[in-house]
This record gives sequence, C-alpha cells and structure tokens, in this order.
Amino acid sequence: MSLISTLARLEAVSTGRAQPAATVRHRHLSDRPLVFVPLTTAGEAGAPLGALVGTDRDAPRLLVVPQPRDRDLRFAFLADLADVVLPYVDAYAEAVEAAERTETDPETGKRVKVEVDLCADAPQLIVPSRGGIDLVRLLGRSMRFRRTAEQDPETPYPAPPRVPLLGRWLTHFGERARVPGSSLLLAMTDVLGRHWATGQSTLEDQHLGALLAWIDPPEGLTGAEAALRAELERDAKGQLTCPPAGPATDPAFDNKLLAPAIERYDRARTALAAAEDGLEADDRLGALTAAEREIRDLVLSRTLPTWEKVWQGLDLLRELPEGAHVEERWTRDRWSFTGHRDRVLAGEPPQPRRDDAVTAANKLATREREQARLEAQEALDDPLVMAGRRLSGEAFAGEVTDVVMAYSEGKRPSPRPLVTVRTDDRPHLGERTKVYRSLGGKPQSAEFAGAEEDGAYVVLRILDKMGRGKEPEPGSVPEKGDRVCFTLFEHEQRGGAKLPDPEETPWTHGGPPGEAALEAADPVTAEDTL
Amino acid sequence: MPPPRTRGTALRHRLAELRGPDVPAKALDARALAALAANPGCARRAILDGAGVNKAALASALGSPSAFGQSQFALTRGNAFEAKVKADGGAELLRLVHEKLDRAAEPPTEARLPDLTAPGPQGRTARTALELREATAHPGAWTLLDHPMLALDVAGSPAFLEPDAVVVHPDGSWTVVEIKSFPLLDGSADPAKVGAAARQAAVYVLALEEVAARLDPSPRVRHRILLVCPRDFSNLPAASAVDIRKQRAGTARQLTRLTRIEDIAETLPEGTCFSPELPAEELTAAVESVPATYAPECLSACELAFHCRGRSRETGAVTSLGRPVRAELGGLTTVEDVLAAARGEAGDPDDPAVAALRRAAALRAEALEAACR
Amino acid sequence: MTTLFDPSAAATQATDAILHDTLHGTARGVVVDSPPGAGKSTLVVRAALELAEAGHPLMVVAQTNAQVDDLVLRLAEKNPELPVGRLHSSDADPYDKALDGLENVRKSAKAADLAGLAVVISTAAKWAHVKADEPWRHAIVDEAYQMRSDALLAVAGLFERALFVGDPGQLDPFAIVGSEQWAGLTYDPSASAVTTLLAHNPDLPQHRLPVSWRLPASAAPLVSDAFYPYTPFRSGTGHGDRRLSLAVPSDGSGPDRVIDEAAESGWGLLELPARHTPRTDPEAVRAVATVVRRLLDRGGAATSERSPDPTPLTADRIAVGTAHRDQAAAVRAALADLGVTDVVVDTANRLQGREYDVTVVLHPLSGRPDATAFHLETGRLCVLASRHRHACIVVCRAGVGDLLDDYPSTEPVQLGTVVKFPDGWEANHAVLAHLAEHRVTWRP
Repeated sequence: MSLISTLARLEAVSTGRAQPAATVRHRHLSDRPLVFVPLTTAGEAGAPLGALVGTDRDAPRLLVVPQPRDRDLRFAFLADLADVVLPYVDAYAEAVEAAERTETDPETGKRVKVEVDLCADAPQLIVPSRGGIDLVRLLGRSMRFRRTAEQDPETPYPAPPRVPLLGRWLTHFGERARVPGSSLLLAMTDVLGRHWATGQSTLEDQHLGALLAWIDPPEGLTGAEAALRAELERDAKGQLTCPPAGPATDPAFDNKLLAPAIERYDRARTALAAAEDGLEADDRLGALTAAEREIRDLVLSRTLPTWEKVWQGLDLLRELPEGAHVEERWTRDRWSFTGHRDRVLAGEPPQPRRDDAVTAANKLATREREQARLEAQEALDDPLVMAGRRLSGEAFAGEVTDVVMAYSEGKRPSPRPLVTVRTDDRPHLGERTKVYRSLGGKPQSAEFAGAEEDGAYVVLRILDKMGRGKEPEPGSVPEKGDRVCFTLFEHEQRGGAKLPDPEETPWTHGGPPGEAALEAADPVTAEDTL
Repeated sequence: MPPPRTRGTALRHRLAELRGPDVPAKALDARALAALAANPGCARRAILDGAGVNKAALASALGSPSAFGQSQFALTRGNAFEAKVKADGGAELLRLVHEKLDRAAEPPTEARLPDLTAPGPQGRTARTALELREATAHPGAWTLLDHPMLALDVAGSPAFLEPDAVVVHPDGSWTVVEIKSFPLLDGSADPAKVGAAARQAAVYVLALEEVAARLDPSPRVRHRILLVCPRDFSNLPAASAVDIRKQRAGTARQLTRLTRIEDIAETLPEGTCFSPELPAEELTAAVESVPATYAPECLSACELAFHCRGRSRETGAVTSLGRPVRAELGGLTTVEDVLAAARGEAGDPDDPAVAALRRAAALRAEALEAACR
Repeated sequence: MTTLFDPSAAATQATDAILHDTLHGTARGVVVDSPPGAGKSTLVVRAALELAEAGHPLMVVAQTNAQVDDLVLRLAEKNPELPVGRLHSSDADPYDKALDGLENVRKSAKAADLAGLAVVISTAAKWAHVKADEPWRHAIVDEAYQMRSDALLAVAGLFERALFVGDPGQLDPFAIVGSEQWAGLTYDPSASAVTTLLAHNPDLPQHRLPVSWRLPASAAPLVSDAFYPYTPFRSGTGHGDRRLSLAVPSDGSGPDRVIDEAAESGWGLLELPARHTPRTDPEAVRAVATVVRRLLDRGGAATSERSPDPTPLTADRIAVGTAHRDQAAAVRAALADLGVTDVVVDTANRLQGREYDVTVVLHPLSGRPDATAFHLETGRLCVLASRHRHACIVVCRAGVGDLLDDYPSTEPVQLGTVVKFPDGWEANHAVLAHLAEHRVTWRP
C-alpha cells in the first residue's frame, strides 16, 4: 500500500468518512448495466439458490430454486437466467460500426489492414462482490459443456436449449474480468474500493454493506458505526439486518429460515404427488405454491438489500467524471465482445476446460501489457494517482526555469533542447534515463542530462515530437514558467513478440496439442448436483 | 528448579485456574491447531488456546460474539460425501490411494477394516495405536482405519485428533486421508482451502509420527497425503496427492513454541480467570492483561477477533487497517501519531518515515486541490 | 577408507559429462544446475566453443543485454578468431561499446545479417522476434531458471536441441499479474523455463556443477545447506586457502570489530538495537556505509589461491546489497557523504551473477515491523549471501528471529505444483542462526 493511500485510510478513520482514492472514475459504466445478485447453496459447488437480475433498478427479476438439489428446478433457473441475460447480450451484438484491424494474410504472410465490424457498444455485467465474479465463471464452466436434446438426443438429462450458450457467454465475461482495466464484468466492491479509501482494511472492504457505510454513511452515524452495524447487527430472529452480498448466505439464515422452508416445500411436493383425486390435488397444489412462495420471499429478502446497494454504488460512481483514457479501454472491451460474438456466430466450440500452452502464454502477455497500460493511463488521467508515482520516484512535476536550444550531432542536426525543471520530487534518475510527458495526448520523450543543487533542478534533453524542421514546431518544447510532469514509465505499451501457432507448439512445451476434439460433457449421474 | 513432571503438573493446574472453576477444557482439534499458524505472534490467542478456554463462549460473554457458524446444508453434504467415499469397505478410497500414491504396490482388492470403537478418547487412541501396529505387522495387506484417534502433546496437555482416515500400505507405510466437500474442478481447487486442509493434515502426520516412533522398526509416515474432494459438479470422488512437508515443518515449529504459554501464564496477575461466568467488565480486564496482535486476518480465523478489533480500533492502532500499513511508518503505531506527523505537528523531520509522510501529505493535498480546480 | 574430496577432479568430471551429453548425446535437451560461482559462465563459453569447433551452428539465449555482452566478451577472449554475431535491439545504445573493439564480432539488429556465423548471441526477448526458415542445430540457454516458460515458448522453435544452464537457488521469474488460473499446468506460462521443460521431458539428462569456486570454505556449507538442501555443493577451496588481512588495527568500534570478525571467519553480523524503522533506516544505512568506509581505510588485502601475493581490497572488490531500490539509493548517498563513490550498491535482483571479495548486506528484514513473502523469498537472501569470495558482513537490527517466528504461515496451496524448497522461512532461520555466531552488537 502506498503511503498516500495509507494516509487516506487514516484520514478516513479520523474523519469517520471514506476519503477519495481517485479524482476521476477509472472504469467504464454502461448506461444500462445488467445487475446480477446471485445466492448459492452452502456446500454445493456453485449450486444456485436464487438471484435478482435485470437492468431496471425498480423491476428486478427474481429467480429462485426452491429445492436446490432438484436438477429440473436448477435447469429451470438457468433457463430463466438465459432468458434475461442472452436477450440483453444480443441487443449489443447487432449495432456495429466499421473498424480496421491488422491481420496476417494467410497466403502472403504479410500484415494487412482489413475492414471488420466492431460492436458499437457492449454489455456490462455488475455483481456485488468478487465472489460474484467467481460464481459467474463457475456457472459458465458448469453450463458450456452441457448438451441439449437437440445437440444429442441420447443425453440422459438434456439441458434447456439456451443454457450452453449462456455458459459460453458467462465464461467469456469471467475470463475478460481477469484483464486489468476491463469493464465487461465488474464487482461493485472492487470498483468502489478503487475510488475510495475507507477507515477499515481492504479485507473488510470486501463486505459491500460495510464499504458503502464508510463511503455514504446514513445521517447521524460515522462510517465506523455504520459499518459495524452493517457487519453484525441482527434482528430479533437472529438474522443479519444487512445480509451478506453473497453468493454465500449467512449460516443462521440457512439453519433457521431456509432449511425449514425447504422442508415444508419438500413435504408439500410429496403430498401433492400422493394426492388421490383432483380436489385433493388442487388443495395440495395450493399448499405447494404457498411453500414455494415462502422460499421466494426468503430469497428476495436476502437479495433485495444487496440489489439496492449495488445501484447505490452505481449512483456514487456516476458522480465522478470519467477518466480520459476510460473510453479507449472500453473500446478494447468492445473488441473482446465482438470477437466472442463472431466465434459464437461462426459455430466454434465452447471454450476448452484448460488453455493450451500458446493460449495461456498469449493471455498472460496480454494481461501484463494491459496492467502496464492501466497503471500508466490511470496516472495520466488522475493527479492523485500521479501523486503516488511521484512519491515513489517514478514521476516528477515542476516548473520549467530554463530552456537552452541545442542540436544533435550528425549531418542533419535536429533540435535537442535542454530544459531545466525545478522540482520538489525525488525521481530515480540515472544517466540518460528516459522520461516522458504527455503532449497533446501523445508521449514526448526526453532523457536525463543532469541535476543541479542536489536534485532540485533536473536538466532534460527533449528528444522527439518537435517536427522535421531545424526549428522545433511551436508548442512542442516547454517554455520557461510552464508546469510540466514527466514520468519514468512509458505511456504506451509495445506489442510483444508473436508466439507460435498452437499447432507449432515446440517440444519444450509438449509439442502440438493435436486436433481440438470437441470436449465431452461432464459425466452426469443420477444424484448429480448442479 | 523443580523436576519437569512437577512443572508440567503446576502448569496444568495454572491453566485450569485460568479456565475457571469447573470449566472443562475445550479440546484442541486439528483445525484449531492448524489455525495457530494464522497469528503465531498473538500471546492472547496462545494462552487462551493453550488453557483450553472456549473462545466462542468467551467472545459472547465479552459482548462481541464470533460470527462463525456452519450451514446445515454444508454439513449434510459433507457427511453424505464422506459416506460415499468410504462406502463398500472403502474400496474407492483405497483405489485412489493406490492410484495417486503407491502405484507400485498390489492393487487393493481387499482390505482390513479394523474396528476402532473403544470408550473415551484415551481408549480410542490406545485402540488406534494397537491397530496401527497390527496393520504394520501385516506386510502385503492394505488396511483402512476409519476415523482413528490420535493424541498429540500440546503444551503439556494431550489434544485428541480424529483424521478422516489413515491407510496402511502393503509396505507398512502410513498415509493420512483428508476428505473435503469443496470441489476439485478440472484438477484444481480453491488454494486457500487446500492450504488449510494441508495444515490440518500436517497435524495428523505429526501425531502419527509419534505413534510410529514408539514402534520398532518405525514405519514411515508419508509426507504426501491424499486429499479427496467431489469431482467437478458431481458427487463422485476425485483425489490429489498433496506434499505437506512445508506445513509439517511449520506446524512442528508452532507446537514447540506453544511451550511459551508457561511464560505468558507467569506474567498474568494472580487470580486471572477467563470463565464466561464472570461479569463482562472483569472478563474484559482479564483478557486485556494479555497482549494481542490483532490484524484483519484474525476475522476469519479467531473467535475473539471482533473483541480484539474493537480494542485495536479504540487505541487507534494502525494495524487494525492491515499488517502492511505499518511497513512504511517506522516507529509510528497510532492513527493520531501518523496524522500529526503528516500534518507537521509532531515527529522528527529527519526521521525518514516522518519526512515521507509529509511529502505524501503534501502531494496528496496538491492532487486533490488540482482536481477541485 | 575415505577418499579426499578433490574439487578440481569433481568439477572436471561433471563438465566432461555435460559436454559429452551436449555434443554426443541423443537427448534434445541437457539441464545443468549451477550453484553460485560454480563456473557457469566458463561452462557456457567452453560448450559454445566446442560446439562451434565441431561445426554446429549455435545460437545462445541469455536473459539480459549485460549477460549477452559479457558472454560475447568472454568468447572473444578465449577465441578471438571465432566469428560471433551479436543480435541486438533497435533501441539507443543497444550493446556494450567494448564490443566495437572486437574484430570478429558482427553486430546487427537483423538476424539475417548474422546468418552463417558460428555463434549468434542475443537476449530471449530479441530472439522472440526472429523468424528462421531452418532451425539452429544447437542452442545454449543461459540463466534458464530466471527465464519464464512463456519466453522459452517464444524461442524454442528456433532450435532443435539445447543446453539449459542456470542457478535454481536465485530469484524466480515473476509475472506482474495473477497467473493462478494456470497453476498446476505443466506449461504454466509464469513458471520457470526449466520447470516446464522438465515437466514435458522428464527423462532429459540433468547435471549439476558440484563445486563453487567463488564461495570460500566458510560460506559454501551454509549456502548449500540453507538454499540447496537436495543438491549440495562444496567449496573449491579449503579453510586456509583464502585470507583477508587488514593493515590498520581495529579502533574498537562496532564496524571495526565486525570487520575483524568477518576477516577471521568469513561472516560478520553487525547487530543494531531492536527498533521498527522505515526501509531507509538512517542508522542502519549509516552503519553499512561506515563498514564500507572502514574496509577501505583499514588497508584490506585478500590472499587467495589465484595468486600468492595479497591483492589490495579496493573499492571495486566490495559491493553493498539491499532488498529495495530506495535502500540502495540511501546507502549510495551515505557513502557519498563519507567520500566513497565507486563501490557498487545494488538490489539483490541486480547483483545476480556478480562476484566481489567482500559484500556488505543490509538484511532484508532489518527493522521491519512485519515479514512479507517478498522479504522471505529464498532467492533474495541466497543472492545476497553468495556474492563474496572472502567475507560477507550483514547489518541488521535485533529482533528478526521473533519477526520470523510471528510470521503467519497460511500460504495457499495450488494442487499439482511442485513444492519449492527450501522454504524462505527456514532458510532465513538457518542463515540467522549461523550469523548469530559471528555477532557484534553495536549501539551507534
């Protein structure tokens, strides 16, 4: 933790309110995000219990699995979820704009520009916390290899038609969420934690209720008081008044409320099955409906508070102005979305269980590049982030006190002006260390040419972006009195080397993985869960 | 100096006093022992665990009840899974041990399944030791010990431990089996949960090694244990061998350090008692007489965490915000000291921690001001 | 009957076996583990020369430009006639200017310009951009334990077979983003190149160099036990072979006493009073600088098997190692205050592969309120404790033992990954216990 964010947290303790950790919003927020608040059943691998989902904060859709061990009911839940998520996703797949992409021509092997479609906007999923992201991945994994009756008439427990497709999309969202700076799938606790420093630990910030209590405490309470209440306050029945944001439920809820309700539901179902005539069946159906109603109410009572908190978080985030580079990163999300849309349309098989060696290495390279890009862009967009980089010696700001014109040696001397900057910062500059500043959104580079008065004055030699002439273009060289900020890190990321194609995986990495066989569905047993 | 035996007795007596009259010692199970590793620097936790104080009851009596609980759904599922793994005389379990740990051995077509029932934990421990010796004396056979009982000396008192299963291989070596209900998905599992299972298994391995040491020749206790979990989304068992050498070394160190509780006990005022029957005020004072090293990680590992967090926050300790916060603050330990130093109201400007704080504060103020403009 | 250990014979035997497997073996790869100062560079140069002599076109992959330049210089020194290609990047100052003075070394940013040369050397990063129609018959991959698996993936298509050489005890490669999702896969891109190579080719011949020529007899057993518990090595020299003498007698101060202790025993611990401090603890930093100043002032001289006459302990034979860059900067400033400007001060990462007569180390855990995984990383301590030929002096605040004992050991465990030994915790304790025998307490 940098000293600046430590200070912000300590100030939050002292003032009783969260302090800004950013001055702009560093993540894209859709005008119409799909909020997903899921709950799972304890002890089962991601077995859903219920969820609130939708794009309208006043009209969420409640989905409930009244008996989580019943495969048909779970399938019904997933089919309902697909009916909400897939139309939402499809709505973004249609509107496209023309864009250019560099591809390798398969015949000549040359890099050529091709015109392709780029989706004009992309869907955005918001879950309450990191556990929600893990569940999205888990649901994706559990669904994408399922077989529908149409795909495989022999399959013993066919999945509803759109469930495998939902699995592929959720997998894509989950995988994209691992890319630094991406916004297709966000956890509200992460985004809030990025923008505010609370008076509690980052571990405690994982509790959405407590986190919001610090950022936006109710009238008359300090953040600490409100957070404590959110974490621990229980009602007369021993239930948390602020239920956990899930997907795991509170054991007291499971044991005291949910388990008896499920038992009543089971009894009602058994009774209905044993009904001997129509009249009796009608009665018992009524009892079953009531029992199901009860479970639905319970699930709603545990998800609705979280649902409201997610929207409250969105309101708070929308008050922050968007960072200058956020749009550019969102465009990468749109490319990612478009790419997956195209793979689905092309009839490609679902994402494999495990990445092959080349795919894994490519993903790691992309994420490291995006991480570096994110760090640079956040600093350029936000003086508070830049302050942290200045403190750690990776950037410095100051006033230009002198500019001396100089030229490079050689046949065609180019301008290499020497600029002296007075600074209170202490950058880690060594001989000819390269530094960069943003000039009209493009990085201009300079090199360290010396320091005076114990580092209070830094002399830089400007190296580029001054035009082709002998005299620098107007405005391309800082002038005396200008405030400037240089970074030791690069502003733009170079692409890495191209890795071999998977079919050319070398012997050191196990050789080619072989023909991509269609991955088999998970074996299904009679008493399977999920 | 009194002879060691008397010293041990004196310590036991002292610990009983700390628990309070007629309060039975809460048995330390493997999970509790493994959790010691979560905060080995905490004297409060060491003495309370060492004395067998029921920390959950203590936390409630202090007015800060712990938030640990288990859902009955998880419990039912866990039991059902374990029963499934051990069905048919443990055939599937033994097959997994053979496949993952001992392929060179004869496959286990049949296995010995000794009866381990006996009265009381001591009886069961003796019975287990006897059957382990029996099994080791049967070369060439597979033996499955279902819920054996092992004893481990913890700071002078025995802790009784009950592994899910121990398997004796045909070569006479022993393997600890841990059955957990978190899934093994495409070959990998939640690393935090696997880590906890490995630390728990390490305690069993240490206890088994004590049993083995009493036999001649001493059988080998394997340092790769078998972790059995549900596979993917099914309830079919899948297994993975886990190398627990590191956890074993770590736990062994923590156990030797537990002897420290004698030193801690000596520093306590005469008459200190942690009985939940005592009034909250008295109890708070007793608990306060032992220093704690609270960190947010305690919240998921110790029943007393909410109490300690409250005290830590009251005193303004910066560590209540997380251990890493301290790293750059040098000798400054409270929120107010740090803020005063940052504001320039206190602190030696030549202290690099103070100087860095002031620079941080100035840079932060400058950035916030720039953003307002 | 016991046979006396003959280090030269043992080393020669190992080298012969390695070269035999490399030149005449049938396996596609040969892996060599080389502990600190065991002659890794000598081996690489010799293997390169022999392969070149046998007429096998050879590519050499190193990890940094400095390593590449160093290898080129060593090759040219051994065989100035050998045509060597130095493939470099298109950045400014892409290679050491010293290479310009070598007649048979051709430098280019394009691999095509270097085609046909006996040996072509570059970094893994640069090789990754090279496209070859015909793969090289042979390659040598240097510092293979510091190379990431994905970097090997990018270059392995360029060669048919390779000799992989490296030190498994030094700092592991790392990724700046999480890579847990691939943990346990044989080709985890964030693992070391050797881990992946051996996971897919478990039957490759594996060798190790058994003798450290750098570490003195006083250091090899400790470093071997603490950091290489399953692959021990020995010192090439005996206890009497190296001596550090000081012309000026001790003034009785802490720094002088610890210098005497280190000169005598090879190790010294200058222990300052326990206190929590920020990383750039001014007292500890000053203590480090003072020790260096006194080493220079006291007219140190090193006697070793290399020459019968003592060599003066000059500034270029001393280095200071720290865990963090800001600590290194603070020590440099403190040294400048004392008028010392030409002693190398660097972090463990940058000291990898370097060698000095005496090193002064600021203990990574000195003054810290808590230990972290970074500070406990075995490789970091191993690098700091294994750069010296004569003596290593560690400056540290008291209380590190308790700090280690209070360290929460709740690491997550990834299924399917090989447990890395030794554990940082244990290695730290082992080193600390040894240093305690050479402790000089000092209140500045």
